[in-house]
Amino acid sequence: MGDWWTPTMMPDPSLDTKELSSISGISMSPSRQNLHHSLHSTMALPKTSYSVLSAFCTEENISQCIAYINQEVCSLGLTGVSLESKSGSLSAVPVLNLLYEVLQLQRRAQRALHELETQQLKNGSDLEHLQHSNCRLKDQLEHTRRDNSGLHEGERQLQLKIKTLQNWLKSEKEEVQKLQSIISSRATQYNHDTKRKERECTKLKERLNQLLMDKRDKKLCESFQMSYFCILCLHLCSAIEISNHVGRSDGKRGLWKTGKMEARHEGEMYRALLSDYETRQRSLMMENSELKKVLQHMKKDMITILSPKKPCIKTEPANDSLEQAVSEGEEEIGDSSRETLEQSCEQAREQLTNSIRLQWRKLKSHMERLDSQASLVACQEREGEEMMSRKEHEEEMQRMRMELQQCKEFIHMQQQLLQQQLSSPCDEETAALLNDCYTLEEKERLKEEWRLFNEQKRNFEQERKNFTEAAIRLGHERKAFEEDRAAWLKTQFLNMTPFVDRKRPALSEPHSALSVGECP
Amino acid sequence: MNFSEVFKQSNQLCKVSPDGKYLATCVQYRLVVRDFNSLQIVHLYTCLDPVMHMEWSSDSLFILCAMYKRGLVQVWSLEQPDWHCKIDEGSIGLVSSRWSPDGRHILNTTEFNLRVTVWSLCTKAVSYIKYPKACQKGVDFTADGRYMALAERRECKDYISVFVCDDWHLLRHFESETQDLAGLEWSPNCCVLAVWDNCLEYKILLYSLDGRLLSSYSAYEWSLGIKSVAWSPSSQFLAVGSYDEKVRILNHITWKKITEFEHPATIINTKAVVFKEVEKRPVVGSEDLSIHQLTVDNSLFSTQSKYEITQLPAQVPVIKPDPDRANPKIGISALAFSADNRFLATKNDNMPQSLWVWDMQRLSLLAVLEQTAPVRCFVWDPRRPRLALCTGNTKVYLWSPAGCVSVNVPVEGMDPVSPHSLFQDCPAYSLAVWC
Repeated sequence: MGDWWTPTMMPDPSLDTKELSSISGISMSPSRQNLHHSLHSTMALPKTSYSVLSAFCTEENISQCIAYINQEVCSLGLTGVSLESKSGSLSAVPVLNLLYEVLQLQRRAQRALHELETQQLKNGSDLEHLQHSNCRLKDQLEHTRRDNSGLHEGERQLQLKIKTLQNWLKSEKEEVQKLQSIISSRATQYNHDTKRKERECTKLKERLNQLLMDKRDKKLCESFQMSYFCILCLHLCSAIEISNHVGRSDGKRGLWKTGKMEARHEGEMYRALLSDYETRQRSLMMENSELKKVLQHMKKDMITILSPKKPCIKTEPANDSLEQAVSEGEEEIGDSSRETLEQSCEQAREQLTNSIRLQWRKLKSHMERLDSQASLVACQEREGEEMMSRKEHEEEMQRMRMELQQCKEFIHMQQQLLQQQLSSPCDEETAALLNDCYTLEEKERLKEEWRLFNEQKRNFEQERKNFTEAAIRLGHERKAFEEDRAAWLKTQFLNMTPFVDRKRPALSEPHSALSVGECP
Repeated sequence: MNFSEVFKQSNQLCKVSPDGKYLATCVQYRLVVRDFNSLQIVHLYTCLDPVMHMEWSSDSLFILCAMYKRGLVQVWSLEQPDWHCKIDEGSIGLVSSRWSPDGRHILNTTEFNLRVTVWSLCTKAVSYIKYPKACQKGVDFTADGRYMALAERRECKDYISVFVCDDWHLLRHFESETQDLAGLEWSPNCCVLAVWDNCLEYKILLYSLDGRLLSSYSAYEWSLGIKSVAWSPSSQFLAVGSYDEKVRILNHITWKKITEFEHPATIINTKAVVFKEVEKRPVVGSEDLSIHQLTVDNSLFSTQSKYEITQLPAQVPVIKPDPDRANPKIGISALAFSADNRFLATKNDNMPQSLWVWDMQRLSLLAVLEQTAPVRCFVWDPRRPRLALCTGNTKVYLWSPAGCVSVNVPVEGMDPVSPHSLFQDCPAYSLAVWC
């Protein structure tokens, strides 16, 4: 690019960018200092750029430079500058525009470069990271491969061990079987030998028996000629010598052995067996009925447990099962009455056991559900309870605190009073005075009471006197009254009786006269 | 606890009469009968030979004394002291002798188990039963004394004969499905007969009274099998103790195993109580060791012992048996139910110092009694749930659900005599201990 016109002393096109930047560096305004710094950081400016710059454009080759610049600029896609014909100098505006555009380009390029550089750095670090991880993974893979091979080795060894153990087990089993077969063969051999010996033994016994019998017979024959009683004395044969025969233990006489006797024995034997079987059957029946009763009670209890009162039904699924249970329960209770009738029936028994099993299963599921519910509710309640109890707790605490405060105040007050009471005043006079005050008060009170008392006493005396006077007067009056009465009665009597001249008996007994007068 | 004076007896022959009124002891040739309460000698009899076996008849009227060496059995009467009876088996010999349940017949087993002779004291009749089997328990009478089961062996096969004790009529005779019958036992309700096989095969068969096979049970094969069997008094349970140190309980309805009791060396069951006997020897100062003291006061050598409760888990001392010997000392050798069916006492032979008590209501271990010496014998009280055991020292140990106690049996002299067996007497609430 740009080699179709190379001016003399043209610097290397590769240094172009550096030249341009040096140009910009020269005509930089102070406000662009920072940009310049950044540019500096990205690109190392050669110190020789200034000298190169002077080599590119001189007074003589302005048009060539312009043409060259136009060429370059066109290749970059920018508008070129034209040379003004009048003075052979460039107009500043297009040049500035061009410069600006070039600067823009430059900036863009710088930015792109910057981005690329950052990208490059990122990629570098990523690459590094990937390399590291790659190494690590390779190591891990190596490690796991080694482990794997180790495990394989171990497994192989264990397999070997298993094989050897299995072989050993097989050989042991074979040995056991062999030994068992040996034992059984030896057992049969021993049995055979034992039987043989036994037969020999029996033969010997028979022989011995025979010999003894022969001996006895011989002796008997011999001694038969002797006295009858001497038979009993021979001790070569077995005999019993008894002074007198004893009665039977049950007192009955002995019976002859007949067929009837045999039949009777058989009968007795069977009777004994039968009675034993009957007692056993009876006890089993009783046990059976007891167990059945227990089962029925259990069933009833289970039904009642599974069907509680309506209001306290908890959840929906439980509800369904309960209703079902209730309906079934009613059925069951109906059944049970039937069951009691056909106790020994096979079907009834099966029915009972099946129903028990069903109820039990229901009860179990119910219990499980209740358990889960209870655990859930317990968790919830625990939290709720905590809050509740905390509130209450707080209230309680408040109340107690207030109470405590009140009590404290009260106690404090009491203490103060007590202190006042107990604490002796500074001077004794006041104390004495105080004491005097108290005693004076008491004295006054007592005086008052005395006075009252005396007054009352006087009044009482007065009254007593009055009473006595009154009593005396009363006595006198009574006497006078009696006399008057007597006189009046006398006159009355005298007026009543026909015997007017007989005055004497009427005077002495006015009462009796009256009574006489009344009953003529 | 009150103790009577000690009196001599030989060969562990000391038996209380079934009605509890008399106590009979044998000393060599003599048979001494004493009144039980006062221990006064009531009768004194002399036999022809040292007595080997002595037994009361069921009605307490007669006593039989068997002298095996001479093949003689002598029977004495309590009502008529001058009545006498002598049974001579002759050259055929005598191996065992026993009463029948009615107290009027004597069953003698001859030597080599050639036959069983039934001698009657009432009549002149003699019955012979051929081919009885010689085994651990070949003869058993029902509890009511009506029937007798006898194991027989003919042509290498086991048979069982059921006799009516009334007239020794053979009621049933059937083949038993055992290889080699080791024992048979009637259930207390007299209707079921339990028959078990030799220890080489674990098999227990249950036959009904009329000879039908009700059920058969076998826990395992090849290992050593059944060692001991016990019925519960109500006939509800059948306890089978075996050589694998377990007790299996069968129920009477299905004849199947309802549970098995294990006897582990470490007890971790938290409900069980472990009683350990702890001995305390009195400390003796040197000035007490005078000859006079030693001869007169034997409390020097007597040790006090008491029970302590051990914390769980507890270790039970185990003695490993010799594997090369026959009849190894391992397995449950003794089982006993209490009279009220509630408890079961077991003894495991390779834990000889321990006695295990199980609760039958809960079917679990209730208590373990660990003694200082091997347990020799244990027996339940016929009336209440009380267990008495002895270990060969001068003490008797009692266990009840309330607790444990050890009681010193006072004996004269320096030698500690060892109780070998115990006998609990029903009416008299007493325990006869003989050494």
